[in-house]
Amino acid sequence: MAAPQQQKLKVNGPVVVTANRLTDGAVVWRTAAGGWSAELADAAVVTSAEAAIALLAGAQQRDIDAVGAYVAPVLLGADGAVAPGNLRERIRVAGPTFELPH
Amino acid sequence: MYVYDEFDRAFLAERVAEFRDQVGRRLSGALSEDEFKPLRLMNGVYLQLHAYMLRIAIPYGTLNSDQLRRMAYVARRYDRGYGHFTTRQNIQFNWIKLDELPEAMAALAEVGVHGIQTSGNCIRNVTTDQWAGATPGEYDDPRIWAEILRQYSTLHPEFTYLPRKFKIAITAAPQDRAAIKVHDVGLRLHRNEAGELGFEVLVGGGLGRTPFVGKLVRPFLPARDLLSYIEAIMRVYNQYGRRDNIYKARIKILVHEIGAEEFSRAVEAEWEAIREGALKMTDEMIAEIRGRFLYPDFAALTDNPPELVEALKDERFVTWHANSVHTHKVPGHAIVTISLKPVGAPPGDATADQMEVVADLADRYGFREIRVGHEQNLCLPNVAQKDLPALWAALDAAGLATPNVNHISDIIACPGLDYCALANARAIPVAQEIAKRFADLDRSRGIGRLHVNISGCINACGHHHVGHIGILGVEKNGQEFYQITLGGRADEKAQLGTLLGPAVSYEQVPDLIEDVVDTYMELRAGPQELFIDTVARLGVEPFKERVYAAH
Amino acid sequence: MPLIENGQIIEDRFVRVTDEDALPEGVPVLIGTDRFLKEAAALKGRQAPVGIIWPNNRPIAEIAPYLDQLSLIALNFPSFRDGRAYSQARLLRERLGWTGPLRAIGNVLRDQFLLMERSGFDQVDAVKAADADAFDEAVHRYTVFYQPATPDERPSLLRQRLGRTVSGVPAGVPK
Ligand code: SF4
Repeated sequence: MAAPQQQKLKVNGPVVVTANRLTDGAVVWRTAAGGWSAELADAAVVTSAEAAIALLAGAQQRDIDAVGAYVAPVLLGADGAVAPGNLRERIRVAGPTFELPH
Repeated sequence: MYVYDEFDRAFLAERVAEFRDQVGRRLSGALSEDEFKPLRLMNGVYLQLHAYMLRIAIPYGTLNSDQLRRMAYVARRYDRGYGHFTTRQNIQFNWIKLDELPEAMAALAEVGVHGIQTSGNCIRNVTTDQWAGATPGEYDDPRIWAEILRQYSTLHPEFTYLPRKFKIAITAAPQDRAAIKVHDVGLRLHRNEAGELGFEVLVGGGLGRTPFVGKLVRPFLPARDLLSYIEAIMRVYNQYGRRDNIYKARIKILVHEIGAEEFSRAVEAEWEAIREGALKMTDEMIAEIRGRFLYPDFAALTDNPPELVEALKDERFVTWHANSVHTHKVPGHAIVTISLKPVGAPPGDATADQMEVVADLADRYGFREIRVGHEQNLCLPNVAQKDLPALWAALDAAGLATPNVNHISDIIACPGLDYCALANARAIPVAQEIAKRFADLDRSRGIGRLHVNISGCINACGHHHVGHIGILGVEKNGQEFYQITLGGRADEKAQLGTLLGPAVSYEQVPDLIEDVVDTYMELRAGPQELFIDTVARLGVEPFKERVYAAH
Repeated sequence: MPLIENGQIIEDRFVRVTDEDALPEGVPVLIGTDRFLKEAAALKGRQAPVGIIWPNNRPIAEIAPYLDQLSLIALNFPSFRDGRAYSQARLLRERLGWTGPLRAIGNVLRDQFLLMERSGFDQVDAVKAADADAFDEAVHRYTVFYQPATPDERPSLLRQRLGRTVSGVPAGVPK
């Protein structure tokens, strides 16, 4: 999955804007209120390229809260629940796919 | 072991202070991410999928027990209790926080450890043979020359913003364990007919998107001219290497585009102008560096002491001994490889507890010294043979005695999509699944030496091109697929693997590898013919037929 | 864009003139290399000083015949990540014997000041005003260097660890 930052913006389906928090690198999502949340459920979900570009532009305005913002696909459940749209995003939400050393 | 003095300590403390200041400016907004990124990279700090990653150099693969213990401390205090040893004699911490990084770095700097030159477009951590100084038949200890290059290249004012990263590897033994032919510069230390010490110089090797085996630019460079010659290479590269396209910026592309001869001419011309200058090393300078490597005070011992003979009655010990213990140049001693590839675990990972166990064992049995090799295993280079049984028992208890070194389950794998922001596909779970298929020791011993290398993308951190079996993760329509190559090798006969056929899905990889191995077992001329030799003799065709017929 | 010379903010005496514009009389000018090479003969007669912006992609050795005519050489950093000018600077100082002012222009940021200074630049045209204030701190970040860069530096390899030898701080006096 080519690093999403380099992809051209094609939106066919629901998307969110995601990034890493500056202070600790944690995965965060852009909220409708123009902030960042560590919960995917709080993410602003948009469905058009136009809206995605606007959301992304807002996210990139200040690079001091979160860095490397990009548009990522999500899946919407029947109940409106938001889930990551591909493997890369699933791993960003849930962590590595194997048991971590301990 | 190299002993840092006041000078090195002062430098590291200043480096930490500089980074602390840079992090402070970043957090305050005085530095933008664009400006900060190259600065953090120069200290080994990446931003990965879920967190920052700190990469720490283990120069020429040598650590003392205090340093390893400090790494355990950092893993526990600032990370999640483990670290990952890479293919470049580095260790990576995967979950570190930016605002805690200066503290973690200060803790490491206290024992002379740092992340300088583990990233960025500079001369990277110089790598060499993990058996250096211990293996028989060496022309010299390559670490002395690696240390000279480390000092020379540290914060070099001219070569900190090269077109692209720059990797140098050195070998001084007939068997190349440092993969010098696939580095930007590969140095083979040897003696000429007059008995003088010097380097064969290869330039333009490398893996990644456009893999090349390095080309010979100078058969013999007197050792004392090393720095001026390297400076000449760097200066030619810095001025003429491509900067218009990141994929064409490595020195291998420059060498390829203008040809090795033309490149060598340019280097020689530059070298002529500087070879008698400030970089010319005197015997005293070299002796000074050499004098700061402390060697163990080996006892006068004989091979096969009674303790060892007795232990060799235990079959489990015999298996481990045959697999993980290698000949030392001093009688009565041995080199011990510690496999970080227990079946089912992420290749190259060690927990803080394991690091401490190894550090303690190095104190007790190994003159406090630990090595790290590009195969992602650890090594105790100086162990008395009489101590091997006790060492084995302790390693075994800590889950560190898997006797699979150089076996098919001793897989080299990059972090892949489970951690890496650049990845196309996962590498670690693929390695885990393959290792499980070959968990049976009799089976894997019967197969013999077989290196599997896995990279999660074309950047080739898992060195897949030079794996006997290479596995490269690619993406097809949002799914993970894998290309398989056969016949690559990283040693003195280095060559790139040949593509077996169309890429296969994640689920198909383990079966396919089993088919490849079964085909080898059928086709090999006898148990003595290694996998790599069978592939060399027959090519990939017979493998291809069998494997793709089955799927 | 503050111009810093040996740690002090100085007035830029040189006027940058594009290739199209006429050269003002009696004022020091800083011009591009193409123009300079075209007009080199005529410029010899000029009274006021001439400085040149030498491009990154032209071998610096080609500047040798003109050094006598020049009062300033500027080397460009199109991005702070592009390090070609470091090699050009060292060659100018060490091979071609240039002792006049050598200026870093372009994307010149504080975290590179030290590298620039050690490569032979004595003037930096800082992008950010705050960076100019931090110049002193930036170039005194380190008291030790491993390799010789400017001709009077000795490498640590020699065990002659003289501490700082960059301009302004006497050798042998670690700060
Ligand atoms: S090979 Fe690719 S996926 Fe693997 S660590 Fe390197 S960049 Fe990441």
